[in-house]
Amino acid sequence: MIYAGSIVSLLVLIWVSLFTGVKDIAMRDVFAMNSDQLLVFTIARIPRAIALVLTGAGLSVAGFIMQQLSQNKFVSPTTAGSLEAAKMGILFSILLIPQASIGMKSVAALLFTLAANLLFMLMVRRVRFRSSVFIPLVGIMFGNILAAVSTFFAFKHGIVQNVQEWMIGDFSSVLQGQYESIYLILPAVVLAYIYADQFTIVGMGASFAKNLGISYSTIVNLGLFAVSLTVSVSVVTAGAIPFLGLIVPNMVSMMMGDNLRRTLPMTALAGSIFLLFCDILGRTIIFPYEIPIGLMVGVIGGIIFLFLILRRNR
Amino acid sequence: MICFEKITKTYGKRLVLDNISCSLPKGKITSLIGPNGAGKSTLLSIISRLLDADQGKIYLDDICISDYKSGDLAKRLSILRQSNHIDLRLTVRDLVAFGRFPYSKGRLTADDQVQIDKAIHFAQLEDMAHSYIDELSGGQRQRAFIAMIIAQDTDYILLDEPLNNLDMKHAVLVMKTLRRLVDELGKTVVIVIHEINFAAQYSDYIIAMKDGKIVYNDETDQVVQAHTLKEVFGIDFDIITKNGKNICNYFNIET
Repeated sequence: MIYAGSIVSLLVLIWVSLFTGVKDIAMRDVFAMNSDQLLVFTIARIPRAIALVLTGAGLSVAGFIMQQLSQNKFVSPTTAGSLEAAKMGILFSILLIPQASIGMKSVAALLFTLAANLLFMLMVRRVRFRSSVFIPLVGIMFGNILAAVSTFFAFKHGIVQNVQEWMIGDFSSVLQGQYESIYLILPAVVLAYIYADQFTIVGMGASFAKNLGISYSTIVNLGLFAVSLTVSVSVVTAGAIPFLGLIVPNMVSMMMGDNLRRTLPMTALAGSIFLLFCDILGRTIIFPYEIPIGLMVGVIGGIIFLFLILRRNR
Repeated sequence: MICFEKITKTYGKRLVLDNISCSLPKGKITSLIGPNGAGKSTLLSIISRLLDADQGKIYLDDICISDYKSGDLAKRLSILRQSNHIDLRLTVRDLVAFGRFPYSKGRLTADDQVQIDKAIHFAQLEDMAHSYIDELSGGQRQRAFIAMIIAQDTDYILLDEPLNNLDMKHAVLVMKTLRRLVDELGKTVVIVIHEINFAAQYSDYIIAMKDGKIVYNDETDQVVQAHTLKEVFGIDFDIITKNGKNICNYFNIET
């Protein structure tokens, strides 16, 4: 029931997204577009909708996995330094190879994100004071340190503005021929679903996992890889989108619990819907201009995040 | 039968287990008792492969546990520790279903469903099967974890302080459940336990540890004696015999 409703609203939002924009394409023209309209449709609109759906689903699932692996509801790519690490990876690939292709940037971002996530997990396990708000604070500080290092190198090379551009996610630059690496989110999400039970079990702790014959470190590393892949390709394609991996999993968890096998499809759906919604809103509020989606999600997500923290600490 | 030989474990410079050997009889409840820091939990973790010993070997039915595949061992021996993450929102039935993971790898068969129902029934949790574990009381949650171990259907069941933070009613309920596991299903249960009278009433054998060594290993009534307990815990005990079982009092004893 809830699935049927979600799928319908997802399809409606995709439809709306396809027909929102400066270039006037009416819905009744779908099968009779002139060459100009067709060009806009295939080069910009369709890639944008696909990127939104995949990024929304991927980042939400990635957040859920990170929360299981760290056993903390407030850990997500935003609060563990993953986004900053991906940006750092892109920065260094550009500094070292000025003509770096998107593929090279993606690989660099993936390596940096993976390293940062491994380091963060190591810190989580070392922290003795395991309060639910303390660990994400450590993650945010960690992210700020990474961002400071990036800014330093960007400043030295005079590309601070470029770096700041990646800070705020924006789907308006998603174009055919430049966004295809976003499809790598698909295998990451499928992987997450195949290993859903293992991720849930790992969320119960190392000894619990070992009792059931699961190799704890293998599953943690697998999860971190899936998360890093998702985060890095989404940052390379659209830039940093904050809070998504934090609020969507938490809201799904409140309603449907934490059994990933059952909740992952809903998490993916809800993430796509939320991102599409924010994107359409950002494109229409100050039409014909656009509010970057990073800002939209940041504002709406920030409010929901505050609500979550207050609710949890009550 | 579980045997361990010459187990030694150090944390840094501190010797936690000092070259100990012993065997745990099949089809019985064996309690590990002793003062804090005696090495009970460490020993239990080593037997259940959660922790590696510095030296020594553990045999499960004459095969060294390091020779078992991790997935196969999970069908023979289960371990429940205290430090279970309980922030997770899972229903009791979902949790119990994870006990079938070594068999089903997540794809539950009809037989798995039968086993899950049996385990929930055995632990008397039918009323709460669809409640979330983070909404249960400590005692109910502990029984849910034990139901999961029952669904795992291993011959050997190891529990580290299963009565921690439980009120008397739930503590007795848990011990009775363990007793039934042994008497009705023929399981072998090994527990680390602090409350000496629970060990005295419900276990068949007691292993008393002190400073990383086994000081007594015998039938329950042989270990629950004033002089042995004084040696282990360093305080005086009064032994009362009721219904053929020893109970000990250690409060307000004049010396």
